Amino acid sequence: MAKSLLEKVWAAHTVRELASGQTQLFIGLHLIHEVTSPQAFQMMREQGLKILFPERTFATVDHIIPTDTRRRPYADEQAEGMMSAIERNCREFGIRFFDAGSGEQGIVHVLGPELGLTQPGMTIACGDSHTSTHGAFGAVALGIGTSQVRDLLASQCLAIERPKLRRINVDGGLGPGVYAKDVILHIIRRLGVKGGVGYAYEYGGPVLERMSMEARMTVCNMSIEGGARLGYVNPDAATFEFLSGRPFAPAAEDFEAAVTWWRSMASDADASYDDIVHLDGAGIAPTVTWGINPGQAIGVNEKIPAPETFAPDEREVAQDAYAYMGLKPNTPIRGTRIDVAFVGSCTNGRLSDLQEAARVARLGHVAPHVKALVVPGSEAVARAAEAEGLDQIFRQAGFEWRLPGCSMCLAMNPDKLVGRQVCASTSNRNFKGRQGSPAGRTLLMSPAMVAAAAIEGAVVDVREMLGKRVSRES
Amino acid sequence: MSELIRITQVKGRPIPLRGNDIDTDRIIPARFMKAVTFDGLGQRLFVDVRFDAEGRSLGHVMDDPRFEAKGPRIAVVNKNFGCGSSREHAPQALLRWGIKALVGESFADIFCGNCLTLGMPCVSAGEADVSALMAAVEEDPAHDLTVDVETLTVTYRGATYPVSLPASARSQLLDATWDATRILLQAEEQVRQTASRLPYLRRFTPE
Repeated sequence: MAKSLLEKVWAAHTVRELASGQTQLFIGLHLIHEVTSPQAFQMMREQGLKILFPERTFATVDHIIPTDTRRRPYADEQAEGMMSAIERNCREFGIRFFDAGSGEQGIVHVLGPELGLTQPGMTIACGDSHTSTHGAFGAVALGIGTSQVRDLLASQCLAIERPKLRRINVDGGLGPGVYAKDVILHIIRRLGVKGGVGYAYEYGGPVLERMSMEARMTVCNMSIEGGARLGYVNPDAATFEFLSGRPFAPAAEDFEAAVTWWRSMASDADASYDDIVHLDGAGIAPTVTWGINPGQAIGVNEKIPAPETFAPDEREVAQDAYAYMGLKPNTPIRGTRIDVAFVGSCTNGRLSDLQEAARVARLGHVAPHVKALVVPGSEAVARAAEAEGLDQIFRQAGFEWRLPGCSMCLAMNPDKLVGRQVCASTSNRNFKGRQGSPAGRTLLMSPAMVAAAAIEGAVVDVREMLGKRVSRES
Repeated sequence: MSELIRITQVKGRPIPLRGNDIDTDRIIPARFMKAVTFDGLGQRLFVDVRFDAEGRSLGHVMDDPRFEAKGPRIAVVNKNFGCGSSREHAPQALLRWGIKALVGESFADIFCGNCLTLGMPCVSAGEADVSALMAAVEEDPAHDLTVDVETLTVTYRGATYPVSLPASARSQLLDATWDATRILLQAEEQVRQTASRLPYLRRFTPE
């Protein structure tokens, strides 16, 4: 019987069905970070519990870590407390900790894939909403709460219902200057921020098949912003090639057997889905969010939608968005002045993201009124970027080159907006107050678009900048 | 370690917390939600209502020697108790102060859901019954109050009051499935078997 990847992975990891109707699901890889783990470990200690599979748990520090210095103790007392807690907890419970300065620290959803921990056919969980990122490898990867982190540490399992499955085909091709970030922003725009509630998303079609692994990660990363707790891409040759040789990937002598099993976990050609959607890649422009949720997005050359264009139940939040963002309906998003530019986050903090931003950054200089930050997603990404001289390109163009961490995506560290500053950002959420100031304003877009906005000092169509460069060269 | 904890009855000395719409910020002020662990939350229960800015007692019932007692406590409350934040800090603060169950006119949904995951029943009674119960407690607090999840009754000083609980909450307390971790650990042997069959945990060798 034809099955989807979701069904196959779920079946392989089902321990038993629970009386509640939920599945007791074995989790093959547990990633932890310093924010959602301390209370889980406290509960473990209070209840005298041990970790069932400590060797399947890996930790890093990313949310609260400063990006300008690693000096301890951190200026923020709470941050220092969280860091001390995770150090102590990993030591006492025997968990591998990718610590700052180890050469292997970084944003948890950048680390899993780059270390080869994330593999096809696995179930993966982490106390963080963007765990769906790992689905890019054909894994069933989802975010969980702190109580579930405790459940997972103690039993290596979660009690969870299997979601329905929606197949999203992105057909045709992408135009120049259009990237994975634009694809996922477009998907969320079309299907809505609640469209995926109760669903897993299986992304496919020619556009996804042609994407690199890092691009697939960007797409899967924002599944939750579309309401889908998990999202994935079927594993293929690109997946296997990416994994080959990585520290925690199968050893050379096991690799062929691994590939055979990984291939077998991909959805069968005639698998059935609860819903199927087709989108045309050619219809996707560089996309920018203008409002206060990731679904309030438009192509860079479109105008901010008028209230009447929204469904009745979305009109109030649209009015709220106009007021908060200080933007008027029927006006262009293009030309919106920015104060801050941020390249980074688990969405777009990988080497290819930095390469795309650098390609634009070298065309000019950060506008005098703009503060621009580039935060590599991990110490390994930083090393690779520096080996290519990307850090030099950014610095010469007036960007700050920072140390790895989540940084300004959610501003749990000192990288925060001030007052009503507008930030062009490669991150994943534009909610009110997200970037550290209660009145701060976020415009989500691709790395190339952020670099372009940094130079222009305002939202601009990056294709025009890239086009100018091409014509200059020819 | 994996014995199930069925909660059929909770017994303890009562503490009356009068007032409607007592929100989670009053139960535990937001500034304590930033703490790394739940340590110290018990001492800070209702701290801004109990003490002024200089730390002087405001005569709250929790600091009244008449209501002091060792051992488990049962809170008696009015309407919409626990409204506000969805975080677990308010139930944790109550639990760590000593409260093991609550009897009231009504509770906020997320609050009583969080209490359930901690094994703390929140049972509801009618306005007149809660009024009578509070009066009985305030008159003489030095008796045990019993919350019976099985019979859905509350007994104090010889009087019995009918109470209600959502059916799913009641069944989780009675069959121990409120304690998600222990339920999952019950199947430890099957968990290990599942792990042993996963190809990526056995270097992709055939089974």
